[in-house]
Amino acid sequence: MQIELRDIRKTFGSVRANAGISLLIPPASIQGILGENGAGKSTLMKILSGFILPDSGDIIMDGSRVVIHSPADAIRRGVGMLHQDPLDFPPLKILDDFILGRRGAVFPDRRKAAREFRQLAAQFDFDLDSEAYVDTLTVGERQQLEILRLLWFGAGVLILDEPTTGISQPQKEKLFATLRKLADQGMTIIFVSHKLEDVELLCSRVAVFRQGELVGSAEPPYETKSLVRMMFSRDLAFTGRTSVPPGGPILSLRGVSLEALRLQIRDVSFEARAGEVIGLAGMEGSGQSVLLSACAGLAQPVSGRVRLGENDVTGLSYHAFMKRGVAYLPAARLEQGLVAGLSLADHFILSEGVGGIFIDRGRAQDLASDRIRTYNIKGAPSHQVESLSGGNQQRMLLALLKESLSLILLEHPTRGLDIESTLYIWSKLRERCAQGAAIVFISADLDEVLQYSDRVLVFFSGRVSPPLPAEGLSVEKLGGLIGGKGWDVLASAAVAHG
Amino acid sequence: MTLEIALVGLAGVLTSAAPILFGVIGETISERAGVTNLSMNGKILLCAMGGFAVALATRSILLGFLAGAAIGGLVALLLAFASITLRQSQVAVGFVLTLLCRDLSYFLGNPVMGTTGPSLSMLSIPFFQDIPVLGLLFFRQDVMTYLSFILVAAAWVFIFRTRPGLMLRGIGERPAAAYVRGANVNRLRYLYTVAGGAIAGLAGPIYSLSVKAGWKGTISGLDGIGWIVLAITIFGGWNPFRAAFGAYLFSLLQWLGLVLQPALPGVPSQVLQVAPFPLMILTLLFVNIGNAEWVERSLSRLPEPVRRRVARALRALKATPPAALGTPFTKE
Repeated sequence: MQIELRDIRKTFGSVRANAGISLLIPPASIQGILGENGAGKSTLMKILSGFILPDSGDIIMDGSRVVIHSPADAIRRGVGMLHQDPLDFPPLKILDDFILGRRGAVFPDRRKAAREFRQLAAQFDFDLDSEAYVDTLTVGERQQLEILRLLWFGAGVLILDEPTTGISQPQKEKLFATLRKLADQGMTIIFVSHKLEDVELLCSRVAVFRQGELVGSAEPPYETKSLVRMMFSRDLAFTGRTSVPPGGPILSLRGVSLEALRLQIRDVSFEARAGEVIGLAGMEGSGQSVLLSACAGLAQPVSGRVRLGENDVTGLSYHAFMKRGVAYLPAARLEQGLVAGLSLADHFILSEGVGGIFIDRGRAQDLASDRIRTYNIKGAPSHQVESLSGGNQQRMLLALLKESLSLILLEHPTRGLDIESTLYIWSKLRERCAQGAAIVFISADLDEVLQYSDRVLVFFSGRVSPPLPAEGLSVEKLGGLIGGKGWDVLASAAVAHG
Repeated sequence: MTLEIALVGLAGVLTSAAPILFGVIGETISERAGVTNLSMNGKILLCAMGGFAVALATRSILLGFLAGAAIGGLVALLLAFASITLRQSQVAVGFVLTLLCRDLSYFLGNPVMGTTGPSLSMLSIPFFQDIPVLGLLFFRQDVMTYLSFILVAAAWVFIFRTRPGLMLRGIGERPAAAYVRGANVNRLRYLYTVAGGAIAGLAGPIYSLSVKAGWKGTISGLDGIGWIVLAITIFGGWNPFRAAFGAYLFSLLQWLGLVLQPALPGVPSQVLQVAPFPLMILTLLFVNIGNAEWVERSLSRLPEPVRRRVARALRALKATPPAALGTPFTKE
């Protein structure tokens, strides 16, 4: 199906989300839509998938002008959207989820549906059991289910919103293979992302958005530098490791063993020195999170000692760790780090403990506006925190950190953020290091681990490597270790070393 | 002879569970759509009184039942308007409605209090009633008890086997996703809240025209049943068959309390009267044991094939409330 957008405009209040977008997407192609958070990609996709109506402008599908009133209307016209968080029903069986919403007789023919599901799944080599429950699937598998469903519902256009966030590398490869196959079959695919490498790898053409406008387009072979310039209207400086000479030990673990639900970690020892960044790498659920919580006093080791500076803090509470200058930033920003429903100013009041029983609103307001300026957060003190974009929420978390910290523990500090926000976050973290703090962080992004860590601990199903200097590691080697390869060499090297 | 007495007693258990079943199924449908209707306790009283009064005035039992359903639907409509259109808290509005309905039933019911009115007669099913044991148990009941059997099965088939039932589950679990798949979430919520309210409303006339025929105001003995209905809905995991199990269990325990009292003179009668409530909670907790985390943890020690089978069985037992229960829906 060919899709043409003509001069689409949409404003929210004073924000011009789409300022006259015109774009022609030919059938059987993979159109990339690239742009940083808030560039207007999502708004355009919401218009195309029927969530919102444009203020003006036309959508022309295969030569005829259409108005898409609702998402259900969109799928009837063959436009299916795969949301970043798949819009499925976790407690239902896969087959029920598959059928739900499809029109037909009062009693759906489940056997026929199951057969068609299996045929579709086999076509793309997806391993899904129609009798399993949706909530037992990984995000990647839920995406597969949604893709199958949208195809079954008759989609001729598939819109994917940031589909590679939260799925593993093999699943990503499978997704890309599927999308290529679909494009070959004549499907029009729109791939929305802020990840340059994904877009470069997959798309047959790319449109770049900035501040609600279409600022350029490109076709392969892509030139990363020019794409970056289009996205941000300037070149970005990548800050690598700064060699702050490490100071005294801030955190030291001696022979720490931990037990989690289905995971045991044995005998971990390492030291984080002032000014040092330590990256924890591994597949999700390999033990990094447990170890990080143990560094924050949120998980208790079954054996071994944890020391902060000179003090033995084994077995003490998170509160005690906090008092000694430890900060912990969990991955789930809205669930664990920020309080949905409170304004930015309220957050500063909570974290600073502005004294007295009654709140000094004026002071809190000043404090909030001051921090918002320093940390370059797009929002006002009175805004509720959930109205911020992901990048701004993460900046908010950093802005909430106390002035004097000795140890900062971070879980996926830049997950889902665009390049500019990522660079900004790390520049702020670097400042902390320069002030003498140590940082321990978890990331699924190997490039991030290698780029910003001084030393790396690799996790593989409960096994933990000794701290490896990041300089001696490559993405290939690190990737191998994460996948369980090359550990024997590591072990023998450690023996030789010790 | 004693067998026959026991059978008649058990048949009575089925009869007295009928109004609870109507209440539970009505509430289950409403909550599956994402709307908690806490007005149940007052609603049953008001529908009982209203149904009785209408049946008395018109000399028509059928109109009495219709009046009960209408009042139940109307109360639910009020709740739907407040929570879906005005986006107010379902809990707060439900509480106020339950108190309002209860007091209204006492106040408006004064003129008919203590009068004897029509009541539903037994409708034996020819041929089937002569089957030994089963005939006495199941086929010498009144029409509402037969309907209660059908209601449970029909509700289960609707919720779990039909296309509209699937969408009903969808709007209660994740309205945003249901909307994307073509549901008019708020209109469906109105529909199911009112329908559920009407079904639950029938519980009232079943009491006042059959199980506890008549209207006796504050001593009708109906105050409190609505709360039991709400509890059984939750323990029943929003599944009609499990809810029916809960309803029958409760009626059985109440009956046992009555029967055992003469046999156990040493036990204070209050103990036997109250016993059904904690026993009920214990049993239902046991049914829901698959929800507990420690169970999952101890399971991991079992050998893999056994563990898998037990886990599957527990998963089938596991009940999670509709994820969007009590929350209003907006398109963004």
